[in-house]
Amino acid sequence: MAADKFALFLGCVAPLRYPGIEKATRELFKALGYDLREMTGAGCCPAPGVIRSFDQATWLALAARNLAIAEKQDCDILTICNGCYGSLYEANHMLQEDPELLRKVNVILSEVGMKYEGKVRVRHFADVLFKDIGIEKMKQKFTKPLTYNVAVHYGCHFSRPTKIKHIDDPERPHVLDELVEWTGAKSIPYADKQMCCGAGGGVRSRDAKFALSFTEAKLKNMKAVKAQFIIDVCPFCHLQFDRGQKDLPGYDIPVIHLAQLYGLALGLPVSSLGLEAHEIKVTL
Amino acid sequence: MSNVKIPDPAFTQSIIDAGGKTLDLCYQCGTCTGSCPSGRTTAFRTRQLIRKAQLGLKDDILPSEELWMCTTCYSCVERCPRDVDIVDIIILMRNMAVQKGYMAEDHKKVGRSLINSGHTVPASDKLKHLRVSMGLSENPPTTIADPKALADFKKIMAKTGFDKLIGGA
Repeated sequence: MAADKFALFLGCVAPLRYPGIEKATRELFKALGYDLREMTGAGCCPAPGVIRSFDQATWLALAARNLAIAEKQDCDILTICNGCYGSLYEANHMLQEDPELLRKVNVILSEVGMKYEGKVRVRHFADVLFKDIGIEKMKQKFTKPLTYNVAVHYGCHFSRPTKIKHIDDPERPHVLDELVEWTGAKSIPYADKQMCCGAGGGVRSRDAKFALSFTEAKLKNMKAVKAQFIIDVCPFCHLQFDRGQKDLPGYDIPVIHLAQLYGLALGLPVSSLGLEAHEIKVTL
Repeated sequence: MSNVKIPDPAFTQSIIDAGGKTLDLCYQCGTCTGSCPSGRTTAFRTRQLIRKAQLGLKDDILPSEELWMCTTCYSCVERCPRDVDIVDIIILMRNMAVQKGYMAEDHKKVGRSLINSGHTVPASDKLKHLRVSMGLSENPPTTIADPKALADFKKIMAKTGFDKLIGGA
């Protein structure tokens, strides 16, 4: 499919809780010359932790509907969330590998006059920046060198499971650290960096206190190295760190999605980054 | 005799048939438990859960809280020397638990939100205002802004039985 366009998959948390992530992504890809098409009528990916845990058949059918919306526009999908990336990538993989499963899902989709043929690729926006754009082209677009010391949080579903995803190493990843450092900011190492934020797998909605115990363990290590910001590529991890700190006395590290950080480096007006939606005040 | 647990091989087979073909490969090394962030501060033991699944201890697994303690971080899957699809197997067993009616009220709430709006989190007026102030549409161009798309979304969930599964919208 054409390389200069993508179907933008919004998901739930970015547009409905942190719209600055959506806005910054739109501005970033516009600046890079991409045509981002709307996925009109798309819904939840659906969420890999909750909905897939409840009923995999429903999860697969609704994911296939989203994939079909992009396919109809002859576009690959651009995701801005590890959860959406995880669900759509994995559902797509299952459907592309198993023609009988695809046939069954298409029986369900035919109820609403839709069909998926398995032609779409699902991409994570950070992978697109790293592989398709690259440092030279990206640096030409940056107008403002950043000098922050930040803690990068990858989030589990960015590179895992590596059995089917091939964008980074599961134990010692480097893609996001490099993307952050392209802006001039410094990605500082911290203990147990690859640990989960605690929100996934339906844990946040079922047992918020247990989820928060993960978050606190990570925050403690980020605070120990004096991180000025937490940088993520997943609005759900973003929400867990941002809202979680309200309930954790002694922690107030602002949380910034990579698209927002790139917005800063591009010199976008701060008002287009939606920082008002953040619980932990972002002082630049 | 009350401590004697009766294995149910049919339960093990049902996991394998549903896609958990690698369940048999586990040789109980415990790398999963050693890698699991959920097990660090709790009694959750991934290896034990997989052993119970191999033995078919259905009544131990399906009503349990531990089945829901996995955050699906895949640390265990990445390190498993036998390539057991541990997370997929846990998800399949969760599906079976939900079929049996074991579902937390907070999880039903998430399911109802999906049915009612096509999203797992609700819209808020404050954020609509912020969207507009940034030059975005008041609502994202998703099921929220498109009644026909939401009707299609619901039709698919009715077809797969999701609405009945979570006890109606």
